[in-house]
Amino acid sequence: MSTFAQSQANETFVLNLGPQHPATHGVLRVKLTMDGEYIVEAEPVLGYIHRMHEKMGENRTWAQFLPNTGRIDYLHALAYNHGYVSVVERAASIEVPERAEYLRVITAELNRVSSHLLWFGAFILDLGGFSPLLYAFDDREHILDLLESVTGSRLTYCYFRFGGVYNDIDDNFVTGTRAFIKRLRGRMPMYHNLVTKNIILMKRLQEVGPISAEMCRKYGATGPVCRGSGINFDVRKHEPYSVYPEFDFEVPVYEQGDSMARYMVRMDEMEQSLRIVEQALDKLPEGPVMAEKVPKILKPAKGDYYHAVETARGSFGVRVISDGSNTPYRLKLRSPTFSNLSLFGEACRGMLLPDVLALMGSLDLVIPEIDR
Amino acid sequence: MTLDPEIIRLLAFLVGVIAFASFNAAYLVWLERKEAAHIQRRIGPKEVGPFGLLQPLVDGIKLMTKQLIVPAGVDPVLFKIAPILVMVPAIMSFVTIPFSETLVARNLDLGLLVISAFASVNFLGLLLGAWGSRNKYAVISAGRAFSQNVAYEIPMLVIVVTLVMVSGTMNLTEIVGLQMGGFWHWNILNLAASPLMPVAFLIFFVCMLAETNRAPFDMSEAESELVAGAFTEYSGMGFGVFFMGEYANIVIGACVATILFLGGWHSPFPDTIPFFGASSVIWFLLKMYFIIFTVIWIRWTFPRTTFYGLLNLSWKILIPISFVNLILTSAMLKVF
Repeated sequence: MSTFAQSQANETFVLNLGPQHPATHGVLRVKLTMDGEYIVEAEPVLGYIHRMHEKMGENRTWAQFLPNTGRIDYLHALAYNHGYVSVVERAASIEVPERAEYLRVITAELNRVSSHLLWFGAFILDLGGFSPLLYAFDDREHILDLLESVTGSRLTYCYFRFGGVYNDIDDNFVTGTRAFIKRLRGRMPMYHNLVTKNIILMKRLQEVGPISAEMCRKYGATGPVCRGSGINFDVRKHEPYSVYPEFDFEVPVYEQGDSMARYMVRMDEMEQSLRIVEQALDKLPEGPVMAEKVPKILKPAKGDYYHAVETARGSFGVRVISDGSNTPYRLKLRSPTFSNLSLFGEACRGMLLPDVLALMGSLDLVIPEIDR
Repeated sequence: MTLDPEIIRLLAFLVGVIAFASFNAAYLVWLERKEAAHIQRRIGPKEVGPFGLLQPLVDGIKLMTKQLIVPAGVDPVLFKIAPILVMVPAIMSFVTIPFSETLVARNLDLGLLVISAFASVNFLGLLLGAWGSRNKYAVISAGRAFSQNVAYEIPMLVIVVTLVMVSGTMNLTEIVGLQMGGFWHWNILNLAASPLMPVAFLIFFVCMLAETNRAPFDMSEAESELVAGAFTEYSGMGFGVFFMGEYANIVIGACVATILFLGGWHSPFPDTIPFFGASSVIWFLLKMYFIIFTVIWIRWTFPRTTFYGLLNLSWKILIPISFVNLILTSAMLKVF
């Protein structure tokens, strides 16, 4: 496979992968310069669903922007909620009750599992295996039901508020969540037997699409992409926020840097998220879920604030600059997939088309989150 | 004026073969959807008719009423002729296939050769369709299909040659006749001819999957890579005929596997199982549909291999093993 000769570059052709293509999971367009089935150059073309979230934030009040965060990444919406409410709480010095922080962690981690499950199904679909998608959706459905019962929506959540969460959980949610944890733990061995240990899948992922730790640092890749390349970085551990320091969980890190490593990181992360949820349910304190005396019209003090959270795709940072008025002066969203995708062009040079699509799938792209 | 009974017989077979091919092509889609649904814990088609049995009919009407779009820039002749080139050889192959001792349209002495020859023609149809549609995805797909075809014809034909050596004939009826009397006489367990016979069946099966473009070897259709491969530009019945041709080819592959390895129409336990008789067309159909069932089962279980992985498998594993089998068999035949 490595006998790819650069001298034939004048015999190349351009293949437009997308914006409508089954493998790009959305309106991403990749301009592939190809020599036969070898990729000479890949250029992601972004902006097809750019919605100006950052500019929108500057034109509405602090609270009005909150529902937008659930639409940046619709698969792990609660983490994006979390990032934004945290930075605003920091700016406005709002104290959050402990129970609310626990609920935030529980729901955000469940949401992370649902995001990983969807990725798992879609990734195997990219590799041509159809059935795991429906198995994963079956499990994901339980999470959506649970989250619906407490947040009121199934996909684009807006559950967190400045100073807490909007709704307390009930006993049904607790028993349902415990039952789900048991169920998913029982099904993970099936996934591993059916998919992970499948010889075809192993051949397609192992040593395919290598991303070095250096490349991750160069492009600022975070999340499972960098953890699959041996960089032990997880915002929940290394810049702890919320009540994460109170839980015992590991950060799965794999050294190989191939697609298999990224796959394994996410599979292991599901188990770690379940552990966090389990501990949080055990330790759940009593008390209010909303801070008292949160002003109706928020006017944070002048200043420059940043807060990062670990989403299913990596480190999501929100930077807000407040001029003391009721709207942000500047709002900057640092979305993880944008950085993760940036290394795509370099990583896939010289690879074959099917492997490139496996690599793209292993990056776990959510297009609205890239374009914002 | 009276018609020659032979002509009436041939006409009856012509109608029968076309009906059989079309019926199978239509209802294998139904079977595939039902089986896939079962594997994925869904229900599958159920609205149209009992168990969704009328679904293929409705699908056919839908495809036929749709406009056959011939995009600007395509080669109209190749574009239109390609689906037919896929379907016709598949139907032609049915002519030589014996479903039972007497149920065969044309009992040719070179039946096996005819089928092998027609099996390659449908790739030509795919190639022409892809080239004619002037689409980059389709052309990549055609390139893949062609090298895949070259790679998999070789081990398949070597296995076929081995069986011809064992049987001493290319007449399909005679090949089945030699396997009479219980499953231990079938070629798959003909260990006296070559101890590698079960492996040979496995190779034949894998080659059949690759030949018929079925997952995990559906390189030329790979929907997550090439959108729809060679069929990208096709719509309506143009696409429908390609699809039917594909299923007809699966049926042919399953028929040939049944004839060569699984004793054709012979019962596995001729003395102990009382029903269907010792040799009956029902046994043939049971074996054939079992193979088709397995083919569908594999498709909905495994992810797709890569294109180079597929070629590596063929050139580095299947071809050497099939040649070893050939040499072993000829040695055994010479010695005993």
